[in-house]
Amino acid sequence: MNHVLTVLVNNQMGVLNRITALFLKRGFNIQSLTVGPTETEGLSRMTIVIHAEDDRIVEQVIKQLHKQVDVLKVFDITSQPMVARELVVIKVNSSVQNRGEVTTLIEPFRASIIDVGRESVTVQATGRSDKIDALIALLRPYGIRELARTGIAAFTRDSETSSEVIRLKQLNLLPI
Amino acid sequence: MLVEALRAEQVEVIFGYPGGAILPVYDALYQCGIPHILTRHEQGAIHAAEGYARVTGRPGVVIATSGPGATNLVTGITDAMMDSLPLVIFTGQVATSVIGTDAFQEASVLGITMPITKHSYQVQDVNQLPAVIKEAFHIASTGRPGPVLIDLPKDIANASGKFDYAAPVRIPGYQPTVVPNALQIRKVAAALRAAKRPLILAGAGVLHARASDWLHQLIDTIQAPITNTLLGLGSFPGDHPLFLGMAGMHGTYAANMAIYECDLLLNIGARFDDRLTGNLQHFARHATVIHIDIDPAEIGKNVPTDIPVVGDAGEALRMLLNEDLTMGSIQDWVDHVQEMARSNPFWYAPDDERLKPQRLVEIVHEQCGGDAIVVTDVGQHQMWAAQYFPFRQPNRWVTSGGLGTMGFGLPAAIGAQIGRRDVPVFAIVGDGGFQMTMQELAVLVDYQIPVKVVLVNNRSLGMVRQWQELFYERRYSESLIPVQPDFVKLSEAFGIPAYVAKNEAEANAMIRRALETPGPVLVDCHVPSRENVYPMVPPGAGIHEMVGVKP
Repeated sequence: MNHVLTVLVNNQMGVLNRITALFLKRGFNIQSLTVGPTETEGLSRMTIVIHAEDDRIVEQVIKQLHKQVDVLKVFDITSQPMVARELVVIKVNSSVQNRGEVTTLIEPFRASIIDVGRESVTVQATGRSDKIDALIALLRPYGIRELARTGIAAFTRDSETSSEVIRLKQLNLLPI
Repeated sequence: MLVEALRAEQVEVIFGYPGGAILPVYDALYQCGIPHILTRHEQGAIHAAEGYARVTGRPGVVIATSGPGATNLVTGITDAMMDSLPLVIFTGQVATSVIGTDAFQEASVLGITMPITKHSYQVQDVNQLPAVIKEAFHIASTGRPGPVLIDLPKDIANASGKFDYAAPVRIPGYQPTVVPNALQIRKVAAALRAAKRPLILAGAGVLHARASDWLHQLIDTIQAPITNTLLGLGSFPGDHPLFLGMAGMHGTYAANMAIYECDLLLNIGARFDDRLTGNLQHFARHATVIHIDIDPAEIGKNVPTDIPVVGDAGEALRMLLNEDLTMGSIQDWVDHVQEMARSNPFWYAPDDERLKPQRLVEIVHEQCGGDAIVVTDVGQHQMWAAQYFPFRQPNRWVTSGGLGTMGFGLPAAIGAQIGRRDVPVFAIVGDGGFQMTMQELAVLVDYQIPVKVVLVNNRSLGMVRQWQELFYERRYSESLIPVQPDFVKLSEAFGIPAYVAKNEAEANAMIRRALETPGPVLVDCHVPSRENVYPMVPPGAGIHEMVGVKP
């Protein structure tokens, strides 16, 4: 299964290299990795998605990440309510005749057209990764010319969503 | 500034090799009062620093130039990383204005060494230098020790700035847990009390934590049998009746069977290396596994752990000794393992004509009265030294465990002798590994370092040959070296007296002579080339499936 880790790191030269070198050395495969500055100056947040069937591997990844001097915090937010968003940009074949069709198609995804050409349009969408997968699947028959995904950026939700309530109920932790 | 920082860190000695990009540093070192050992290769410098760190417990300091100077350090850095030895390494770098242009003698040292250092820095501003050096020494020597590298661009090394060493080290991302969780320690005590067949496994973590006395006290209290890893040798007296000898691939039958049969395995400061565990399916399979380690990433990495304890081995042992350790009856178990130890000692077929390598190690032990630092290279002689030299004191055993670096022995012995001038140092080396770094003989002469080099000469790459004999149908592909240099002449060419020993009587006489001769000496010991290291856990086998236990 996929695990989502968020890692707070010092925003210094070579940090990304340190993290990826660690994954390489240990033979862990990264599904997706995003990185950018945080609210605190000098700190960056990485969102790393790894695929691992064995929880011990995830545990080892977290421990190895913690060992890095430039890593301040590591959270495994997989089983917590989280906001996880990804951006995709898709250039898809679209003649003038079927442009309306494409526009209608992408509308429920709250995607938008950000560039228009004679034979193609470029669509932008943000959302959960499965939503983006669905959008790509829908557009594929038209012929995708270029596609770029950012990988997810994520952290935990503050508010108790209904799924969080269900989770707490299951754990018998809901304060009543 | 660098010199001031090294003085503030009370650096006693520097190992290094100059070159273009590091010239400003060498100019500052000129007549600075800190002794510098010029080795003949950068690999020699870093292994020497490892030997120094191993026997003194203090960080070894290494300086090399950019590009080839730095890349020549790579083997030693990896070796220090694997064996958790504290090093602070300064590498020269081309000036910041030309970094990234493939300038003369430029290499991305930071990139190359990232996976093999505990941490690394490239100094971008001379005013950072004192803080970086202070952090580097702190990181190298605390928590789980390791090598820390500082890459110094030439223009930064040339610049001057304000020296301020007063600020305390504060690294938010680096806070090793030293004091273990009290609740976990209580669980350990309870598990010990409940155990019927307990076994203690002590690794090098005990040595790093200088916790040998606490370990001894624990064994005195609970009277349980104890075994060591290869690198843990010396953390417990090798001649103690409860000591079962080293465990692992070439360990004792008793130690390995005790691991197989025990119902509680208390691992203090060992990382469950595969050379120790053999096939994991059979490793301590009936046991509650307790793992005390300062590095949380080691716990559960190889062997699932029932009671994890993160912390310094010394702190953990001290806290454990404050708990109730009234043991149940374990006398049957102790009798059983001691009987296994008695009836399955290490063995070799004695030979009147030829010098047996095992006997040679015993002779070294006898001649120095057991009181020596033994440094080895890697291979068969290393295992024989581990098997036949009972270490009674900590920090007397210097060997390349994790990386298994051939060429380690001679330069590490140089560093060990510099760290401990008061104890005789034997470099027990094989003819293969010795030829990888034998240019360092010059250093012995240059600085009058009285290392006694015992060359276990079997005219082959013994361990390779042994594996080819056992697992490759005796196809001795490139492992036999019938033509060797005349090591006596070679040694004499460097200005070092050398002797030959071909049988036991000669070995006795020559080792004694080596000890009586002031300064460095080499003894070329001719041993049979077809000798094997036994017993052995074959690759892939369980720890209980040793071969060659009996003659």
